[in-house]
Amino acid sequence: MRLTNRAKHLEKKPMTLVEKMYLPAIAQGLGITIKHFFRKKATIQYPEQKRELSPIFRGLHVLKRDEEGKERCTACGLCALACPAEAISMEAAERKKGEEHLYREEKYAAVYEINMLRCIFCGLCEEACPKAAIFLQPDVMAPPFYERSEVIYGKDRLVEKMEQRANTGIEKYVK
Amino acid sequence: MEFITFEFLVKTAIILLVFVITLGIAAYSTLAERKISAFLQDRIGPNRAGPFGLLQPLADAGKMFFKEEFIPETSSKFLFILGPSLAMLTAMMASAVIPFGDTLQFGDTVINIQPVEANIGILYIFGVVSLGVYGVMIGGWASNNKFSLLGAIRAASQNISYELAMGFSIIAILMMTGSLSLGDIASQQKGSFFGISWLPSGTNWNIFYQPLGFILFCTCSFAECNRTPFDLPECESELVGGYHTEYSSMKLGLYLFSEYVNMFVAGLVMSTLYFGGYNYPGVDFVAANFGQNIATFLGIGVLLGKALAFIFFFMWIRWTLPRFRYDQLMNLGWKSMIPLAILNVVFTGGFIMLKEMFFS
Repeated sequence: MRLTNRAKHLEKKPMTLVEKMYLPAIAQGLGITIKHFFRKKATIQYPEQKRELSPIFRGLHVLKRDEEGKERCTACGLCALACPAEAISMEAAERKKGEEHLYREEKYAAVYEINMLRCIFCGLCEEACPKAAIFLQPDVMAPPFYERSEVIYGKDRLVEKMEQRANTGIEKYVK
Repeated sequence: MEFITFEFLVKTAIILLVFVITLGIAAYSTLAERKISAFLQDRIGPNRAGPFGLLQPLADAGKMFFKEEFIPETSSKFLFILGPSLAMLTAMMASAVIPFGDTLQFGDTVINIQPVEANIGILYIFGVVSLGVYGVMIGGWASNNKFSLLGAIRAASQNISYELAMGFSIIAILMMTGSLSLGDIASQQKGSFFGISWLPSGTNWNIFYQPLGFILFCTCSFAECNRTPFDLPECESELVGGYHTEYSSMKLGLYLFSEYVNMFVAGLVMSTLYFGGYNYPGVDFVAANFGQNIATFLGIGVLLGKALAFIFFFMWIRWTLPRFRYDQLMNLGWKSMIPLAILNVVFTGGFIMLKEMFFS
């Protein structure tokens, strides 16, 4: 009994003499494999050659500063909320008098940590940020780490240096 | 010490040289296997150890030696150690009767480049190669592991089945040449193509008389070497590692290594029996114009080249054909190969009879 009548009925033909001999088929197969022998190889010799990254590649995180060098992050916590891997944690603090040149808003992140073992580089933090503070850099990969103590990135490693501005990958789209 | 004659010393030197060359080629076959499999799969293969990965065999051997030597508690220890030793020993023994070249002449002394001039060379090779299955069987059995035992049983039955067809396909060659000596078989192929006198010499190869015999012999030697598509004894997808599941360190290395030695020997035997051995087109021309010694040295290189080409063919086949199912293997062996081989013997005999009736 059939559930549907869509099954295609195939008739199994007996093999011809040439097919039974196997050898022509083997020769054909050998021809196919030897073609691959001379084909251009797909391998990229990694440490010497690197694959070109896509313009929207999501690499290592950066906490941006504005043009005057003030930190943009205001510790709203939306990135931590958006993070599906719960990799981000932060502590907020109030800006004191005389710190206006350091922080853009009245509230800032005193502690901002990303656990790189948890991070899945999805980029949702970047999308959630209302202050355009956190970005995944399109040209910097997260470096390898060998110790667990190196895994949690604090502000010392996340906030961008003014002498070496980080590329966010959106400069050419946003003016 | 009367047996230490000049000839004895020369033969000892030749056999040592053959030993070293066999080991060297087998070692680099492991690299070639990885390189060729990579190239056939659009990859590059090992290229980090030395230029083009040429030191990779050394690195592999070093790794093998430094791995833990594990002998299972319930195994039979003596047999467990004997298995890989036997596999390696029999693999290395077979190349002793191969004629590697014609004669060299220095003044009055004539040196025949064949380590042992046995007049029953083919029988010797068959004997030694069929001993090779003992290494696999003993190793698989002594491991006291069901996967190993299954692999060993498969190896035994496969080798025995295919040895029959191999023997029959050889008989046709023996009938043609009338000799069991590999040296005679090689030197008989020195003539020109089908005896047509204006064609270059050294092309009267047996493959032109025995194409079916060659195909059968080649298929059987794949089975004897446990190479794909007949690698059921070690098939990873069903039996973990087959007969060498329990082996580690250099014992495993010896098993893997003996497979490559066997491949090299199979290549040598096939080129000697069917592809003219050390003969190459224009061998007489070279001998007449540049001297016998140069022709001989060129012949040695040609024989090794033919054997290496066969090793390449083995690897090429490996990445083309999938493994046979066990019943397919047995059907092919008993229901196709052996009848065809017997048919080949009958036809060869008929042709020889006709030739003697009408052309002599």
